[in-house]
Amino acid sequence: MHDVAQVVSNFIDLNAVNVTYLFLVGFVGGLVSGFIGSGGAFVLTPGMMSLGVPGLVAVASNMCHKFPKALIGAIKRAKYGQVDVKLGIILGVSAEAGVLYGAQVQENIKRIYGDAGSNLYVSVAFVVILAVVGGFVLRDAIKSYRSGDTSGEEKISPLARWIQSINIPGTMMHFKALNARVSILFTIPLGFATGMLAATIAVGGFIGVPGMIYLLGAPSLMASATELVIAFVMGVGGSFKYAMHGLVDIRLAMVILGGSLFGIQLGAMGTTYVKPYMIKMVMGVIMVTVLFSRALMVPVYMAQLGFISPITEDSVKLMKSTSFAIMIFALALGAFIVLKAMWQGKQEERRAELLESLNHGKI
Amino acid sequence: MASNTKTKPFGRFLIMGIVSSCLYVGLMMNQGTVNTYVSKGGMYAFLPVVAAFVFSYFHGTFTGDFWTILGVEAAKKKECK
Repeated sequence: MHDVAQVVSNFIDLNAVNVTYLFLVGFVGGLVSGFIGSGGAFVLTPGMMSLGVPGLVAVASNMCHKFPKALIGAIKRAKYGQVDVKLGIILGVSAEAGVLYGAQVQENIKRIYGDAGSNLYVSVAFVVILAVVGGFVLRDAIKSYRSGDTSGEEKISPLARWIQSINIPGTMMHFKALNARVSILFTIPLGFATGMLAATIAVGGFIGVPGMIYLLGAPSLMASATELVIAFVMGVGGSFKYAMHGLVDIRLAMVILGGSLFGIQLGAMGTTYVKPYMIKMVMGVIMVTVLFSRALMVPVYMAQLGFISPITEDSVKLMKSTSFAIMIFALALGAFIVLKAMWQGKQEERRAELLESLNHGKI
Repeated sequence: MASNTKTKPFGRFLIMGIVSSCLYVGLMMNQGTVNTYVSKGGMYAFLPVVAAFVFSYFHGTFTGDFWTILGVEAAKKKECK
């Protein structure tokens, strides 16, 4: 089935520098995940690979840190009433099917077109999905910000209203997050697409969260919190699948988990301080920034496949490092916005408390 | 003010911190053995999955209490809709 000695040799030596690096990236990834329900994985997987971890071990170890992190985040956010467990589990189960199918598609592409073909497929998926979905999410967040109507209840999109109005007997289910009944014939494809994206670019939430908001009509806070349940369901199954082949480096997974559990608690608390449009803002900013990172790599893979004239080794190295730096920047930018919004929310809360106590003093 | 009068979970923080540290030290001190078993795959797949649950319980409670003790807590008025 697989050679144990070879798999063990895939596990890198860990030193203090590696551990600190993974712990810190885990912390920032956790912070963003706690806030928007996903993210972090797009930096962690290439981050591990940059330390010499083979691709599959990096993906497997990332997944094995993701599900316990998502569990802790979901529990925390459930305390704030933001999680719809039923919706999360239903989407999570169909997402699991999407993961398996997505992994199969990946394997087929790799077999036919090799590593460059597989990388090109992943990068193009990144660019197209992040451009369309990320652009839409960011535009919506900016529109909410400019309208000045940021504190009120979010409006349900016309598409979500239409989906909620369709009654297909025998398939209808009531969801707390939507405060409405929706046919599972709509949730299944959404979960499946989330899983497929997770198997392709490691961050299913970039489809899952906007899908829950704009297709099903969930509020941003509930969509991002429910995504953690989906990530947990997907992650347990995925981790077990990889672990069956001995591909999980438990040390890497637990070190990243060590940092990310600090981050996810903070990110989850952050959601209680911000206005709902901030979830969309952080997600949109990260998605659009990451898009540039992957777009930079498209010509490299196209050249490797012979679609365009070859690119020099030095240029490839430069493009790879710039791409990775942009990804780190995207994550750091997301974390900065979360922390800033949290800080401002805390200050506003203090001012309101002070005002309240002054008013009580007057009365 | 209300948060100042709330009891902070120092005892649990300490216990969870010690257990979490022991888990991490144990893992790092026995890297070779752990890697050998985990890489066997098959039914040994339960090892990393169970370990992830155990670590997340102890370390997750520890990190939650860590922020509480530092005074970083959720907003008092919670919005979810």
